[in-house]
Amino acid sequence: MDAPLLAIRDLHLTMSSFDGEAHVLNGIELTVRRGEIWGLVGESGCGKSLTGLSISRLLPSPPARYLRGEIRFEGRDMLKLPISAVVALRGKKIGMIFQDPTTNLNPAYRIGEQLVDVALAAASHDPTILDCPPRAGRRERKRAARRLAAAMLDRVGIPNPEARLDNYPHEFSGGMRQRVLIAMALIGRPDLLIADEPTTALDVSVQAQILKLLKGTVADHDIGVILITHNLGVVAQTCTNVAVMYAGNIVESGPVAEVIERPAHPYTRALMAAIPTKETRRGALQGLGGTVPNLIAPPPGCRFAPRCPLTIPACTRALPPAVDIGAGHTAACIRVEEERAAVHA
Amino acid sequence: MLYFTVRRILLLIPVIIGLTIIMFAIARLLPGDPVALAAGPNATQAEIDALAQQFGLDQPVWSQYLRYVGGLMHGDFGTSLLTRRPVAADIAAYLPATLELVFAAMFLAVALGIPLGLLTAVWRNRWPDYVSQVFAIGAISMPRFFLGLLLQLCFAMWLMWLPLGGQLPIIMIPPPRVTGFLLVDSLLAGDTQVFRSALAHLAMPAVAMSLSPLATIMRMMRASTIEVMQQDYVTTARALGLPKRKILFKCVARNAISATLTVIGLYFGWLLGGTVLVETVFDWPGLGLYATKAIVSQDMMPVIGVALVIGLLFVFANLVIDLLYGVINPKVRYS
Amino acid sequence: MTDLAHEPAPAAESGGSDRLRRALFRFRQSRLSVIGAVIVGIVLFFTIFGTFLAPYPDQVAGAVDTAARFQPPSAAHPFGTNELGQDVLSLVMAGTTVSVLAGFGVVLIGTVIGTLVGAVAGFAGGWTDEALMRFTDLTLTIPSLILAMAIAAALGPGFVNMVIAISLSWWPGYARLVRGEVLAAREETYVTAARAIGASPRRILFRHILPNVVSPIIVKMSLDMGFAILTVAGLGFIGIGVRPPTPEWGTLLSLSRSYMPDYWWTAMAPGMAMFLAVFGFNLLGDGLRDVLDPKARR
Repeated sequence: MDAPLLAIRDLHLTMSSFDGEAHVLNGIELTVRRGEIWGLVGESGCGKSLTGLSISRLLPSPPARYLRGEIRFEGRDMLKLPISAVVALRGKKIGMIFQDPTTNLNPAYRIGEQLVDVALAAASHDPTILDCPPRAGRRERKRAARRLAAAMLDRVGIPNPEARLDNYPHEFSGGMRQRVLIAMALIGRPDLLIADEPTTALDVSVQAQILKLLKGTVADHDIGVILITHNLGVVAQTCTNVAVMYAGNIVESGPVAEVIERPAHPYTRALMAAIPTKETRRGALQGLGGTVPNLIAPPPGCRFAPRCPLTIPACTRALPPAVDIGAGHTAACIRVEEERAAVHA
Repeated sequence: MLYFTVRRILLLIPVIIGLTIIMFAIARLLPGDPVALAAGPNATQAEIDALAQQFGLDQPVWSQYLRYVGGLMHGDFGTSLLTRRPVAADIAAYLPATLELVFAAMFLAVALGIPLGLLTAVWRNRWPDYVSQVFAIGAISMPRFFLGLLLQLCFAMWLMWLPLGGQLPIIMIPPPRVTGFLLVDSLLAGDTQVFRSALAHLAMPAVAMSLSPLATIMRMMRASTIEVMQQDYVTTARALGLPKRKILFKCVARNAISATLTVIGLYFGWLLGGTVLVETVFDWPGLGLYATKAIVSQDMMPVIGVALVIGLLFVFANLVIDLLYGVINPKVRYS
Repeated sequence: MTDLAHEPAPAAESGGSDRLRRALFRFRQSRLSVIGAVIVGIVLFFTIFGTFLAPYPDQVAGAVDTAARFQPPSAAHPFGTNELGQDVLSLVMAGTTVSVLAGFGVVLIGTVIGTLVGAVAGFAGGWTDEALMRFTDLTLTIPSLILAMAIAAALGPGFVNMVIAISLSWWPGYARLVRGEVLAAREETYVTAARAIGASPRRILFRHILPNVVSPIIVKMSLDMGFAILTVAGLGFIGIGVRPPTPEWGTLLSLSRSYMPDYWWTAMAPGMAMFLAVFGFNLLGDGLRDVLDPKARR
């Protein structure tokens, strides 16, 4: 087993706001290896996007504050590196795709120019990206970058790529724009790709195409992907592993089939139960009572305890550690142990 | 785009008609007798009547109006009671000086305002930002004529670095008139001495005029830069490793400048109409001074002419700004 | 697992008083706004009591003391005396009343006219709107200072005439603002709802639309106060408007011009007073805008 691409250990993050400091990440543990597509799943506000942004240190430092923990990318702790080293990794080793393709492309510039900018920035750290001799002048490099941009557009499935380089973002459809963003993220040949809700703003049919594209890229280039989403269906279709987040903690993680078929944590079970199936009777939608906790004054111990049907007094005493249930499947609940013991008894 | 431009130019015609009607209506309100004023304190009634007839002021208003509009078609703006010259000639003589002042002030305001706005946005909430905020509000609050007076006191009277007023010293011969702008004409004639002197004379009035638009442009630039910096595509650019300076200039500056362009357009018109006070303080031979003297003497023809010319220039400037906006922001072009 | 139908009610929405508390909190947080409020308070104090508190009230009314001409700043005359031996400080204090009241008058009248025009245009729509807006745009095309000067000269000298003249060049800004807000408010669903239950147009205008328009109008009024005072002073500087012996900052400044640089103090007090008053109103206006229109927050 080679060294992991990304290893997040005990990450704590607070964000200061008008009303106080919110403890938004409460000890995140995540390991991503090449070839794995990790789904990071949870409700709005659980901290999944913040986790993604933290990896590249994209959160401005007030209001964000990292209390402790490390984010090791290829062995180096991103939180301790000087910012210049982090910028050197962004776009080159770590690529990112965001949710809304409409607002994530600069409307005033042609997409060819935007792709070329990323390519040139990547090439300044790794000249092999551009297919041109090392001593080439600016014009030569720009032309090489343009060729690369066209090739990338082709790779993500945009027809007539050379001509479309000269189009503005508003001349593309939503799905095409997302493909452009994926192309931009892949130009630098990253080892890790972080996709923050890449399909949420798209139609279902386009969604499927984009997800297929992502899977293909992982297979072709042996990269690692973190796919942040609130849609369990996307996770089931596309991901190899999944981590379920709630209020700043990862409450369950493991191979996708395992977690979906045998959810161990009460929250995951509630999520699964909430999905309507063919057998669900009309009007019998299962919800989860209560609301997400206030992160400025979070509940003690397990943050899910106030809403959990299995909660006991011990739950509020300390944050439950992640219990290994076998085959790489972990769940952060003290009652899981009992259950396993009961089952195996 | 051509259609758009032509349409806007055609719209000027009702504007001209409207302007002239308004100004004539105001002229009608005049309580005093401008003709008597112009004729002088010792004129007899017969002389006054003759003068009135000469200027067509004994006719009913609507007939005066029609004569005026007819004259406009030939470029005739009427005649000034005070200077006894055609208003068109007066305006042509004084307009370049005002324009030179306005352009110089605009140049200062933009050249300093845009970079300062950018910088304060990048250094948001640190001390240079606070200082510049206070400075900006102070600059807008400072009365231009008081500032002009202070500048005169300091630089002309105490330090004696700069001349007191006027465009050129009386003894200096102005260069041959090509554009009417002293700075341009002196350069064209290769006369560096006149150029330097003209520049020295232009300095203080331009600074006095430029402070307020500079402050506003700086604030506008700051606000729109901050807004752009919070856009998603800037986050994407950062996430994909583009160097900070490139992001700043390419993404941020361009989008922010287009928002500031509208402010610049607004200020051009405001400056044009607002040179009056500074021209008075510095004895600058421009339209403002001309209009003021006319107003005080209740000589309405020059006032109407000046208002008309400035109004038209304002509309024209807005048109140019709108066209520029279409160039910078391609989405607007296709709408 | 509870059924969705038995969801507990969400936490109570913050009420109107909570919004007010937050607004005041934001206002207090901004040091500049508070300073502005303090300065405006001082200015308003002098506006009301300036004429009475002036150390040499008879000079304010026009008495001269030629023996004491051009005295530099001293204990007896903190800002020195002018060409007529009058105490500059007293004149400036009394001038506060004239200049600031004139500014108020301009803003008030301009707002009233502009709001009426804008509200009618926005609400009525169609030809009325077109006609009123064309007229407003036209008035805006004429450079406002020249327009004000021309009307002031046409009406003749005097405080009231000057205020009217400047107001007539001031109202288009409000007309446009109000029209825009009325147009936007008209499309709001609560207006449609009101129409659906049969409210009369007048009721809709006054009960639903105008209250929402009040906030931007107040912001604009407070921001305009400073410039109104500047315009009043500007007219005084040129010699149109009030005449001596009525003390007004602009006229005082204009008179002092002839005595530069030797008797520079005659210009300092009126000029600084102008600057400080406008500065204070601008700070306050900015603060009010931040508070009342959070979208415009920097």
